[in-house]
Amino acid sequence: MTLEDARRVLGARVLVGGERLDQEVGTVCGSDMMSDVLAFSKDHSILLTGLCNPQVIRTAEMLDIICIIFVRGKKPDDKTLEMAGDAGLVIMETGHRMFSACGMLYEAGLRGGAI
Amino acid sequence: MAEAITLKYEVSPDDFTRAGEASSDVKNKLKQLGFQPAVVRKVSIALYEGEINMVIHARGGVITVEVSPDFIRMELADVGPGIPDIELAMKEGYSTAPDEIRSLGFGAGMGLSNMKKYTDKMDIQTELGVGTTITMVVNVT
Ligand SMILES: Nc1ncnc2c1ncn2[C@@H]1O[C@H](COP(=O)(O)OP(=O)(O)OP(=O)(O)O)[C@@H](O)[C@H]1O
Ligand SMILES: [Mg+2]
Repeated sequence: MTLEDARRVLGARVLVGGERLDQEVGTVCGSDMMSDVLAFSKDHSILLTGLCNPQVIRTAEMLDIICIIFVRGKKPDDKTLEMAGDAGLVIMETGHRMFSACGMLYEAGLRGGAI
Repeated sequence: MAEAITLKYEVSPDDFTRAGEASSDVKNKLKQLGFQPAVVRKVSIALYEGEINMVIHARGGVITVEVSPDFIRMELADVGPGIPDIELAMKEGYSTAPDEIRSLGFGAGMGLSNMKKYTDKMDIQTELGVGTTITMVVNVT
C-alpha cells in the first residue's frame, strides 16, 4: 500500500508533500502521547495523532516516520507545516476520529507492527 | 570522515516550540556524513529525549556532540534544579511533569530509560540546585 492508497481510504486531504505519495507504507502507529511514540515506535511509516504542535513533527522526524495524519480535522499552523516540509514529511488531515481512522486503515490491511 | 568534529548548541529555556532544533541539526549532519541509518536513529532519539528534558525540566542548557568515525558522544549540560533521586527518575513511568506538559504530548516518564536503551553508555551527574550533565555514547560498529 502507498501513502496515496492510505489517503484514499481515509478520504484525507494532503497539506504537505503531495508529490511524495508514491512511498510504500509499512506499519502505522496512533497516539497523542509523543513520549510513548518515542519509546515504542520501531519502524512505523505513518503516525496518526490528534495532537497538533511542532513537537509532533520533530518526533516523526527523529523516528524516520514518513507521514503524519492528523485526525478529527486538526490542522497545524503554517510554521509547523513549513517545518514538516523541510523535514521531508508528508502531512495529511482527516475528519475521522482516532478510533475510526485506525480501524479503516487496519481493515485496508495495514498493521501496527511488532511490539 | 577522518577527523573528529564537535557540534555545539544552546538550547533555549522558554521556547517549547523550538525544542528539538539541535537534535534535528545533528541528525541531518550525521546523515550527510554518511553514518549508517541505525546509528543516526539511535543518536537522534536519545538526543531528542534529552533536549526535551532540558526544556521541560531544566532551564535549557548546552548540547555538545563529538562526532568521530568510531563513536558519537553527546553531552547535555543544564543549570536546572538537578535530579533528587536518579534511580527513581530512570524508572519507566516516573515523571514530575505537570499536566500542562502532558497536554503537549510529553511527561509519560519514558525519556531517561529510552535514552539508556538507545545508547551504549550513559552517565548522569547531578547536583540539586546546581544542574545536571548527561553524557551518552553511541558506538559506530
Ligand atoms: N535535565 C533534568 N533536570 C531535572 N530533572 C530532570 C531532568 N531530566 C529528567 N528529570 C526528572 O526525571 C523525570 C523522568 O524523566 P523522563 O525523561 O524519563 O520522563 P519525563 O520527561 O517526565 O516524561 P517523557 O520523557 O516520557 O516525556 C522527570 O519527570 C524529571 O523529574
Ligand atoms: Mg523526558
